[in-house]
Amino acid sequence: MNRSITDYPIKLDWIPILLFVLLVGIGWINIYSASSTDVGNGIFDLSKPYGKQLVYIILSLVMIVVVFAIESKFYERFSIVFYLISLVFLLGIFVFGKKISGATSWFVFGGFSLQPSEFAKVTTVMVLAKYLSDGQINMKNPQHLITAMLLIAIPAILVLIQPDAGSALVFISLILVLYLHSMSGWIIFIGITSILIFLMTLLLSVTWVIGISLVFCSLIYFFIPKKKRTIGPLIGLFMICSTLSYSVDYIFKNVFEQRHRDRFNIVLGLTEDMQGIGFNTYQSKIAIGSGGFWGKGYLEGTQTKGNFVPAQHTDYIFTTVGEEWGFFGSTIVILLFAGLLLRLLFLVERQKTAFAKWYGYGLVTVLFIHFMVNIGMVIGLIPTIGIPLPFFSYGGSALWGFTLLLFIFLKLDGNRVNEW
Amino acid sequence: MRRFFLHGLIIFSVLAFLAKLAQLQLADDSYEILSNNIAIKKVYDYPERGYIFDRNGKLIVTNQPSYDIMVIPKDVKDIDVEELCTLLKIKKADYDAILLKATNYSPRLPSVFIPQLSKDDFAALQEKMWKFKGFYIQKRALRDYQTKSAANVLGYIAEANEMLISKDPYYQMGDLVGIQGVEKAYEEYLRGVKGVKYIQKDRFNRDIGSYKDGIYDSLPQQGRDLELTIDLELQQYGELLMQNKRGGIVAIEPETGEILAMISAPSYDPSLLIGRDRSKNFTKLYYDSIAKPLYDRGLLAEYPPGSTFKILNALVALQEGVIDENTTVSCNHGFFYAKGSFMKCHGHASPVNLNSGIYNSCNAYFGTVYKKTIDKYATTSEGINHWAEHVKSFGLGDFLGYDLPTGKKGFVPTSSYYDKAYRNDRWRSSATVSNGIGQGELLTTPIQLANFTAAIANRGFYYTPHIIRKIDGESVDKKGMVKRNTTTVDAKYFEPVIQGMFDVFEKGTAYSVRAEGIEICGKTGTAENFTKINGKRVQLTDHSIFIAFAPKDHPKIAIAVFVENGYWGARWAGPIASLMIQKHLNDSISRKDLEKRMLEGSLMSEYVKPISGQPFTINK
Repeated sequence: MNRSITDYPIKLDWIPILLFVLLVGIGWINIYSASSTDVGNGIFDLSKPYGKQLVYIILSLVMIVVVFAIESKFYERFSIVFYLISLVFLLGIFVFGKKISGATSWFVFGGFSLQPSEFAKVTTVMVLAKYLSDGQINMKNPQHLITAMLLIAIPAILVLIQPDAGSALVFISLILVLYLHSMSGWIIFIGITSILIFLMTLLLSVTWVIGISLVFCSLIYFFIPKKKRTIGPLIGLFMICSTLSYSVDYIFKNVFEQRHRDRFNIVLGLTEDMQGIGFNTYQSKIAIGSGGFWGKGYLEGTQTKGNFVPAQHTDYIFTTVGEEWGFFGSTIVILLFAGLLLRLLFLVERQKTAFAKWYGYGLVTVLFIHFMVNIGMVIGLIPTIGIPLPFFSYGGSALWGFTLLLFIFLKLDGNRVNEW
Repeated sequence: MRRFFLHGLIIFSVLAFLAKLAQLQLADDSYEILSNNIAIKKVYDYPERGYIFDRNGKLIVTNQPSYDIMVIPKDVKDIDVEELCTLLKIKKADYDAILLKATNYSPRLPSVFIPQLSKDDFAALQEKMWKFKGFYIQKRALRDYQTKSAANVLGYIAEANEMLISKDPYYQMGDLVGIQGVEKAYEEYLRGVKGVKYIQKDRFNRDIGSYKDGIYDSLPQQGRDLELTIDLELQQYGELLMQNKRGGIVAIEPETGEILAMISAPSYDPSLLIGRDRSKNFTKLYYDSIAKPLYDRGLLAEYPPGSTFKILNALVALQEGVIDENTTVSCNHGFFYAKGSFMKCHGHASPVNLNSGIYNSCNAYFGTVYKKTIDKYATTSEGINHWAEHVKSFGLGDFLGYDLPTGKKGFVPTSSYYDKAYRNDRWRSSATVSNGIGQGELLTTPIQLANFTAAIANRGFYYTPHIIRKIDGESVDKKGMVKRNTTTVDAKYFEPVIQGMFDVFEKGTAYSVRAEGIEICGKTGTAENFTKINGKRVQLTDHSIFIAFAPKDHPKIAIAVFVENGYWGARWAGPIASLMIQKHLNDSISRKDLEKRMLEGSLMSEYVKPISGQPFTINK
């Protein structure tokens, strides 16, 4: 097979590429603000995060060229190999990895570190897409469902014991792709209901949850047409909700460690703690809240300059946007992300190969979870879960992981005209 | 439907984010204020700490300038560390350690690098400080003591620790705060209020001028001067008398409750706890667990009151009506207070009445009197609780409420104590008969002894003892700080008892320490005491105790003297009390030989006994 016949001409969609460039560029500008000091040796100063990030960005451009140069069939064909390699790396971390801020998530070579979980996200999306693209596969079939779940669960468990709960959450979110494929909506419904019961148990109390589910079940009973009414399943549902609420209460009080409880309590507003665990969220809220509508101006953020927000150039980079660019700038960044995600969804819908389609859904899911969890955490809507903001946060592994994830899809999309 | 699931999630998240951002950035401006708090620096202007005078207007404590080297770790850069270490006379390792500690506290807040430089060190450094970025000199006021005495009364000041800073936001790192004695008790008066200037900072933490033209700035308020009730001369004389002995003296003016002198021996020179050697000296004093120079024996040492307590038992018995002046008790070197239980006494004429019972300090008399008091009631419990109530009305068994920061309650046993010690209601008055002679379970502190002596001198009431006389020239009486407390014993019962105390000097146990021309009333006491050596309970030489007031009519001084292991009351405590009284009333001492004996006398040989590891004898 002649390569030029299958791969060219390539018809790239320029909108996501433009959005990628904008996000990476704005991200770097903010990393510069968050990490620059009075003394520095130009923007390539490798002792500073902004200098290193510039190098990472240039390397990611090289990566894009390589991704475009490789035949698109390659990704589909070798996805299982890539997946297995990344699992080996995830395992290797327990032997060769280095502990950085409490988690063994990095390989360190000299001054350079790699986080294999970022790459495992790419390979897991690939292998899942490969599995789902088989026409025989149906998520209603329990055996298939379990296989797909295992593909997700293995890397999720490996990162969870590092411990990196944030990345584990990202893997778990890929269950959404299974739903989009053919999985029963009930699983999602049960999952979301469980989360609701979980939150209500913590916010209100077990008694409230039981009361609410009783009212809810009775309402369902009266809304069901008289002919179809059966009381058994509703009683079952009510029993399940009550038991779940009790066990959540028990687990929260007896199984969780204090630091987990603290995080939940702060986000749920049950405790106020400005110096301990709530410090990050408190400082990031001050920084963002003091930005006002127009912001304090680039490099003028007093909180940013004073290094008041911990990890500001990595997970908390959005605080710089909030403080220096205000509501105006924050809205633009959020809309850029939304634009990218929605455009990618549009592209997914027009894919002709099943692999490209399921890969695309995986990509959107991963990007969306990162976007939602990171910004939600920074502005205090959800508990502190440390995952980076795609294309924005400082860090080579994350940037390269997201770049690969995005551009492999763009390559697949660019070749769609050649498939039949 | 399924296809739009992700669309829905994305749009929902975006809307939620924008709503939350609008709330944070547009609706709620409290975050802006918080941000200002962080970006605006406060600079403090420290007022001079108030002076301290004695009751005669003699200046005891003033201030001297002192200079702290402060450091802001994040500003430290490009400095010649070796030169700085040489100038400050520290080692490189110390430099690193102190800087690390400061950085751990806060990289951007000032910490003390080297505290309390002398004027000379400061002069040498001043010209060169500009070279060391991140370091600067903060001027503060240190104490300057005009006396070597009264360290236990005055207390000391030291840098506020992190615990205090987190509790009281007034204090910052490096601020000085009163830690003990008057410095602690009157900290808020002495320190004044520091002034604040608000300085606007730019993002490089540089000053760019006064915030809002200084509308929020305030001037420092001067610390207030204190006049103490202490007579410095009497205090110094008492400390001299107590040299080479351990114990406490507390002297109170009965008609006001003012503490004239409060001596704790051994003590230390207050000047030791200022300057660069402060921490070295403090450590030395703090770890001296044998002599305990930082332990204020006048306020904290709890001992049995010994025979001095017989006075109170006499008063209680008179009030309860179980004896009168003429009640007699016979004593044959002691008496049987219960079948087979004998309480020993020394040789004296028998029988004794109230008067001779007091001046002979007869155990048989007071044992009997005590039993009568308790047995007046239907049950022993009831009896002992009535007795305890009377005793407590003299200020025993509880904090007196004086204005110094430390104290001990002492102990007055009640029925509930004996119910626990024995089985309920299975004990009789005879089981507690030691209370009659001040031994038993009773515990008192020297200030409590002095206070009940003052109550006797006043014939039935006392003013809460206090150390403060005037604040900024204004008498504290007017502020209601002086409280009159009435005892449960009627005034008429005091005269015969006081006559007995007078006769202690005329014909009794303190005959040898009479002071010519002064009518002193007093009582000797001796307290058995024990220590543990290698886990074994070992008896040591008795404590020598003495209480007295003078003159008999219109008393000017009430005093309690306590000399550890001084054997019987008239041996050490009696003479010292007598000399102190003469010093206070006449301002001169007639009995030079007695004075010489007291000044030169040493009990150090007693104090080494329990730690010598050798067998020893006591009460010799």
